Amino acid sequence: MSELLACFEGLRAEPDHHPWPRFRVDRERWLALRQGLARDRFALLAEFGEPQEVHAILFDGESLALVVASLACPTGRFPSLAVDHLPAVRFERTLRDLVGLEPEGLFDLRPWLDHGKWPLSRPLASNPGAPEVAFDYAFLPVEGEGLHQIPVGPIHAGIIEPGHFRFTASGETVVRLEERLGWVHKGIEKRLVGLDLESACRIVGRVSGDSTVAFAWAFARAAEAIAGVVPPARAVWLRALMLELERIANHFGDIGAICNDAAFTLIHAHCGILRERVLRAAHEVFGHRLMMDRVVPGGVAVDLDPGGIARLHRLVDELAPAFDKVVSAYDNTPSLLDRTAETGRVSPSLVRRFAAGGHVGRAAGRPFDSRAHLATEPYDDLGFRPVVREAGDVDARVWIRIEEVRESLRLVREILAKLPAGPVRVELPVRAGCGLGVAEAFRGEVLVWLRLDEAGRVRRCYPRDPSWLQWPLLEAAIEGNIVADFPLCNKSFNCSYSGHDL
Amino acid sequence: MRRLYFHSLLSRAVTEPAPTPDERALAELGASLRARARARLGRSLAIREVDAGSCNGCELEIHALNNAFYDLERFGIRFVASPRHADVLLVTGPVTRNMAFALKRAFDCTPDPKWVVAAGDCACGRGLFAPSYALEGEDGAVARVLPVDLHIPGCPPTPVDLLRGLLALLEAADGRIPHAACPTC
Ligand code: SF4
Repeated sequence: MSELLACFEGLRAEPDHHPWPRFRVDRERWLALRQGLARDRFALLAEFGEPQEVHAILFDGESLALVVASLACPTGRFPSLAVDHLPAVRFERTLRDLVGLEPEGLFDLRPWLDHGKWPLSRPLASNPGAPEVAFDYAFLPVEGEGLHQIPVGPIHAGIIEPGHFRFTASGETVVRLEERLGWVHKGIEKRLVGLDLESACRIVGRVSGDSTVAFAWAFARAAEAIAGVVPPARAVWLRALMLELERIANHFGDIGAICNDAAFTLIHAHCGILRERVLRAAHEVFGHRLMMDRVVPGGVAVDLDPGGIARLHRLVDELAPAFDKVVSAYDNTPSLLDRTAETGRVSPSLVRRFAAGGHVGRAAGRPFDSRAHLATEPYDDLGFRPVVREAGDVDARVWIRIEEVRESLRLVREILAKLPAGPVRVELPVRAGCGLGVAEAFRGEVLVWLRLDEAGRVRRCYPRDPSWLQWPLLEAAIEGNIVADFPLCNKSFNCSYSGHDL
Repeated sequence: MRRLYFHSLLSRAVTEPAPTPDERALAELGASLRARARARLGRSLAIREVDAGSCNGCELEIHALNNAFYDLERFGIRFVASPRHADVLLVTGPVTRNMAFALKRAFDCTPDPKWVVAAGDCACGRGLFAPSYALEGEDGAVARVLPVDLHIPGCPPTPVDLLRGLLALLEAADGRIPHAACPTC
């Protein structure tokens, strides 16, 4: 038995939680889980809360066991996991900000998403409090001779999302980067409470606009698991088709942007054209360039006709050779590789400890890809194999994307060729319960945890973007690099601000 | 490598003909410019994009304006890094309470004459995230924080929607609002 499952021995899984088990644990078992995390026996994918209960989503990469552990906190307190497991720090700071649960022993009590600007505090608590008084955010102290600080943001130069970066540098070299996020906090979790499934799905599909298909699919999976309904095969395949198109478009954008930040604009220009071709085809075939609101609970909102299939075949035939030229330009430009190779390295052990997914994890030896390991439908019928590299630098993250584009192009062809016939949507019966949904966005696995009430409305919905576990590693990646390489490192991660700030 | 250079040199440009300026936008701009002196900007506009809370969907489409199909720069419209160099603030997203202060500062740093464009349903105050405690005025409309000259709806607005709105702005800024659209003439 996996060490993770052993922590729950003798417990009965909650009957209303699907498809993965949820266990209610006592403090003793919660502390045993903390021990396991401290010893890297399994990973923490998320920690979030409801007014009386804290939940941890845990994953064992070897046995592929995925479990939700819940600890009741009638007094509003629970033992901090972050004490022994740093990846939990931001989750627990957020738990304090949003739900008002107190992690005992947490050493970093600075508010994270709450900047002291809301008309209330603890918006998700059963009794929200008075607003947090305005405060000066205390960045971590840095001591040493000749160090200087460079504050950047929240508004950055360029068309990107807002966030604040505090660099401490010694000459050109970055000694420490400290991130401060939360600027685009929209109150999504509170907004979702009380909504019907369809409305909630549209909003979850906008947690991070670039991953709309992935978020909507993860949400739909959670809802379908609660309803006990298997969506029609054709719908599942069409979701995968859209998900791969989303991945291809985003990877094109990222590859171009990374090269652009290394001052190589030719690749950027070509990637821009390739990306635009994908979005135009998506618009023609699915009716929306980013494919928003196309994945719905119970299936998909649009079917694909033979004309659409031909159109997408043409798209892939056009993209594949053009992309090969771009890749050979990347691979044969030493001045470009000089910028990307050995820049922004993250160690495999750090990636494992943080359970960082997507290109951040797979570029540093962590093979996890939820398409192969957790949410395998329909990928098990398509012979999908995740791409892994070891170097953990910007170059490796570019290559992960390159190889994933190629794999996704192959997947699109396969899906178009084998698309099952039949309906694309079914009604979901109204049922109360809890569900967990997973989908592999272009930047890593998206999780959506959902609790529905008797009327089938959202009582609690927690969407977790992969960025949560990648943002902290960006701080590690830039250490020892020069300030001028930060844009390059940042783009090679391309974490979502909106997905993180919620 | 060379293949890509030759390909770039020899292939036909993908850039599309310009769309016509958006009529509705021209009408809105006519009204908003009524009270103000028109600046002669030499048919060039510098835009500072500010994400004040967006889901990043709007940013993706604004980015697309720079790709070879839309090639915004051929119209003399370009994105700049600092509000101090900008004529236009192009604002996306519902304005979050956490971002409102930074947005106002960016506006204050932008020299006159200046225009504010709210891009996307969220920025227009009718996005899906509203109502919420975390948004300015609960709906996050840019107009709650800044004087808005032009609204470009859409979730997200397509590059063509954005382009048509910006072209209308360019006409208006240049004092070339067509008579039909200008209520003062
Ligand atoms: S208008 Fe739509 S795409 Fe733009 S920020 Fe709002 S939700 Fe995202």
